[in-house]
Amino acid sequence: MSTGSWAPGLTHYLILSAILFSIGMFGLLTRRNAVGILMSIELMFNAVNMNLVAFSSFLTPQYLTGQVFAIFVVTIAAAEAAVGLAIVMLLYRNFRGIEVDKINFMKW
Amino acid sequence: MSFAIFFILAIIAVGAAVMVITTKSPVSSALYLILVMCSLAGLFVLLGALFLAALQIIVYAGAIMVLFLFVIMLLNLRRDEYGHDSHIIQKYLGFVLVAVILVQGIVIIGWAMKDYSAASSLVSTEGTPGAGPAVDYNSAYWVARTLFTKYAYPFEVTSILLLAAMIGAVVIARKKRLPDIENEEG
Repeated sequence: MSTGSWAPGLTHYLILSAILFSIGMFGLLTRRNAVGILMSIELMFNAVNMNLVAFSSFLTPQYLTGQVFAIFVVTIAAAEAAVGLAIVMLLYRNFRGIEVDKINFMKW
Repeated sequence: MSFAIFFILAIIAVGAAVMVITTKSPVSSALYLILVMCSLAGLFVLLGALFLAALQIIVYAGAIMVLFLFVIMLLNLRRDEYGHDSHIIQKYLGFVLVAVILVQGIVIIGWAMKDYSAASSLVSTEGTPGAGPAVDYNSAYWVARTLFTKYAYPFEVTSILLLAAMIGAVVIARKKRLPDIENEEG
């Protein structure tokens, strides 16, 4: 491992995580489809998980707090996906489409 | 070697993430998201978090993405319904906002890492993560031990949250039977 090879540091993981989070946020802002928006949110969850695991394994490798929190984040993501997709099903049943800018019945 | 693996996985993850938000087909968008999750699982292995890598593949790429694909198939989303181009001003504003946030984040990371590298050069605990001296703290044993002792209360709260989400999903997605109830009652 240490024969001149350059192991990636914490900074690399954090920058990768920031890039993934930004891509997810761009998708969240520009997608008009509800399923696409939910997928962008999953992308952002993944970036946050990457952050938590990188911090945990670089700063405090003996406590595992970041890994446990990443497990919680995965759980929250599962709950969010279940409820979000149920809402998408309901929207599709009521509006015959899941484009979020056509669903404006709370606007007036 | 380790850096080469990191670089390849990072390129795959970023490229697949760009494809997730730009592709026109919903099914291939979901499949690219699975690719992102698998490459992130590889990065978790590189970080030494083996249990979390397995969890990432099983729960994310297995369960959640199957749920997504199931809903896509169920709604019969077509390419023209999914890949509507958003307004150009929306895209432009979104790009500007995200670029500002990304630059801000990278500046903050660089600013914080200066302190971190200065502090860690004093302690000199450098080395590959997960290659501990005697005890492998990243094994599933230690993860479970931390989860069920120190974080037992959040774990129980999470189980209640999952129950609430499950009941909520069932109630929301249930077929409405209001006319029948009205007929029975009145």
